[in-house]
Amino acid sequence: MDVQRKRQIRLFVALGLALVLATGLVYTSFNVSSEARQPSEMSDAVPGKNYELTGKVVPGSIEESGTGIKFKVSDRDGGGSLPVSYEGVVPDPFRDGREIVLKGSVENGVFVGERDTLVTKCPSKFSEKKHQ
Amino acid sequence: MVAALVGTRGDRRWVDASRRAAYALAALMLICVVAIEVSFLRDDFSLSVVANHSSIETPVFYKLTAMWSSQEGSLLLWAFLLSVVASISLFVTRGRLRDLVPWATAIMLGIAGFFTSLMLFGGGVNPFATLAEVPVDGTGLNPLLQHPSMIIHPPMLYTGYVSLTVPFAFAIGALITRRVDAAWIKSTRGFALVSWTFLSIGVILGARWSYTELGWGGYWAWDPVENASVMPWLITTAYIHSIMVQEKRNMLKVWNVSLIVASFSLALLGTFLVRSGVLQSIHAFGDSTVGPYFLSLIGVIIIGSTALIISRLDLLRAPKRIDSMASREAVFLINNLLLVALCLVVFWGTFFPLISEFFTGTQSTLAAPWFDRYTTPLAVGLVLFTGIGPLLAWRRISWAGARSVFTVPLAAAGVTLVIVLILTDAGRSLWATAVFVLAGFTVTALIQETWRGAAATRTSSGGSIPSSIRTVMTRNRRRYGGYIVHLGLVILLVGVAASSSFETKRDVVLKPGESVTIDGYRTTYVQPTVSRDSQALIFGADLEVERNGRKFASLHPTRRYYQATDGTRTISGYFRGEATSEVGLEAGFRRDYWVSLEPETSEIQRRANTADRRFGRFMRARVLPAIREDPTRSSDLTEKMVRVQDIATDQIITSYVDPGLAEPVTFRVIVSPMVTWIWVGALVAIFGALFAAWPARAPRPREQA
Repeated sequence: MDVQRKRQIRLFVALGLALVLATGLVYTSFNVSSEARQPSEMSDAVPGKNYELTGKVVPGSIEESGTGIKFKVSDRDGGGSLPVSYEGVVPDPFRDGREIVLKGSVENGVFVGERDTLVTKCPSKFSEKKHQ
Repeated sequence: MVAALVGTRGDRRWVDASRRAAYALAALMLICVVAIEVSFLRDDFSLSVVANHSSIETPVFYKLTAMWSSQEGSLLLWAFLLSVVASISLFVTRGRLRDLVPWATAIMLGIAGFFTSLMLFGGGVNPFATLAEVPVDGTGLNPLLQHPSMIIHPPMLYTGYVSLTVPFAFAIGALITRRVDAAWIKSTRGFALVSWTFLSIGVILGARWSYTELGWGGYWAWDPVENASVMPWLITTAYIHSIMVQEKRNMLKVWNVSLIVASFSLALLGTFLVRSGVLQSIHAFGDSTVGPYFLSLIGVIIIGSTALIISRLDLLRAPKRIDSMASREAVFLINNLLLVALCLVVFWGTFFPLISEFFTGTQSTLAAPWFDRYTTPLAVGLVLFTGIGPLLAWRRISWAGARSVFTVPLAAAGVTLVIVLILTDAGRSLWATAVFVLAGFTVTALIQETWRGAAATRTSSGGSIPSSIRTVMTRNRRRYGGYIVHLGLVILLVGVAASSSFETKRDVVLKPGESVTIDGYRTTYVQPTVSRDSQALIFGADLEVERNGRKFASLHPTRRYYQATDGTRTISGYFRGEATSEVGLEAGFRRDYWVSLEPETSEIQRRANTADRRFGRFMRARVLPAIREDPTRSSDLTEKMVRVQDIATDQIITSYVDPGLAEPVTFRVIVSPMVTWIWVGALVAIFGALFAAWPARAPRPREQA
């Protein structure tokens, strides 16, 4: 096989691999990802489908219930409200009014969080206090 | 300043002037940093930075380091480090690379100009902004950030990011002046290496902080901010390898300039990501006004550099091609592609919320399993080629040569496979087994190569084996430093593979006196503990851990509740403020036993609320009227009331350890093998990088690597 031809084959193999990887990336990412929604957008949520809930913890709504916690989440701008039940690790910064991200699905009007997926944004790393 | 530099094309005096301008800038920035630090130390709350990030109670060490927890302060730190790095690079290259340096100077100072003008005119990020009303006390530094790793972490990452400016500026200078030989690389490779070292330290400290402070038990979560720091690291790693190919074989020029442009843009992107609100993350993204400026800078850099590279394409084309796939340069290229692919995966995953919003209209996110699916095989491939690379010669290797160098490492890989399958149950995870086997191969290859080098030295100049190893290593620091880095990274990856594949994680609820057995470790919750310091209430647990009936460790995890900074001082305020975990950790070479806790505090909170109500009534009924009657007693009475409140606080929290209360506590227990290898591997790698960057003592007769 002459050098030129060998080089072409090599190029094809490399491009082919890159293409496979890229397709895989694109395909799986759209497939696996869960849609991010705020409470007010949850009204038409498909029961049992996985969503990523983002919003703020409604002040005073946190209560412990047996092995887990229950609280309400509102939109970041304050609108909407959705009851949430969650079991698993509660991150240190979890507080009234904090922004949270939680994976889970809606069952009977309650957002049931997946175990250990509660993420709380830490406030004020960069001077958020100014904006309060 | 910048204007003086752009006009520096011909005249030597202008060049000297611009170099001195860089020194002057460094000195001025130093004064700014010192001024801010002094304000922090003196509790000068008229500066908004100080008022928002420090308080009288903040420990001195954290006062000194609170500067870079603020938006303004971190930008100042960026600009300061940049001016220092620029000065050093200009000092080192003075009198050399005469065409190129003026352009590099202009670019570096242009970027410094961007940061300084951002602080001065960028809206709300001036570190010297003052408050109209001077508060009595500041809000304090976020307790989560009060951890040694978190204090060193940002300056390390910033130094890494900033050092990338030097190779970037010189690369652009080389392109503009059409001097695209390897001279600019030789002058700046030290900075690339330094940058790599600092980025590594920064990334690993972030992981360590996450492991010991955040209370969730992991060291890596594919969080956007973590990703932002690891992307430039990956590309810089690729760059350090591919510039060797350019130096030795005069190839890959387009690739190299593209890599350095990419890694510098990613470094800026990393700086930008922590300050924008574009992606959700556990890290705070305060709303900030500097986002658009950063995006425009990144845009200008990418578009400008790409245009420049395209216009110089004819100069950059390699006269030669890779002769054989069985050559060191080919393996370097494959490793480069793997690193870039890794970076692309991370990039896609990080920005997927924005990408999906663009295509589907809704933001969607990708979780850790998605990242793992792609990064694991790529990382395994990297370990493989890290082992193969040093075994191959430049240009091409013969069959006989290949047989002589590959026999021992392949045998070692086989032995590792047998040991892993027989002695451990690691066979459960295919990928982990692959990492272990390839690690055996790679480490043996590294040892074999060092040994061969030492043996060759010994035949030529005699001496003992240890001394000849030392000679051969110090004679070619770059090469053997690189080997040490590889060794460290392989150890690290073994640790990652083992701990991520075989960890046991359980959440259990225990009352005092109860026990649970997890993965052979019997944990007994002996008793609750509680205490108070000037900043927080500390709830803890005494734990006894036994293994096989023998005592393994006594651990004391705690959770600290900080007083809320909402202006009031109440007992229940401790439960409205921040909380942080101090985990109980028994680290071992074979496995870590890790435990954090979350106490049930609702009863204590109820008692605190009752006490606060009574206290408030007493204040209104008795203390305030008394002060109104006789204002001179104000400070005296306030002090007394603070003391009374402290006593009440102590009484209430002491009831937590009362055997009658015996509240349940949720413990998270993680038994994870070989986590310590991660930290050890990182230390080895960083040592290797320093070894490589260390200036050689005697001038080398001939460079080999």
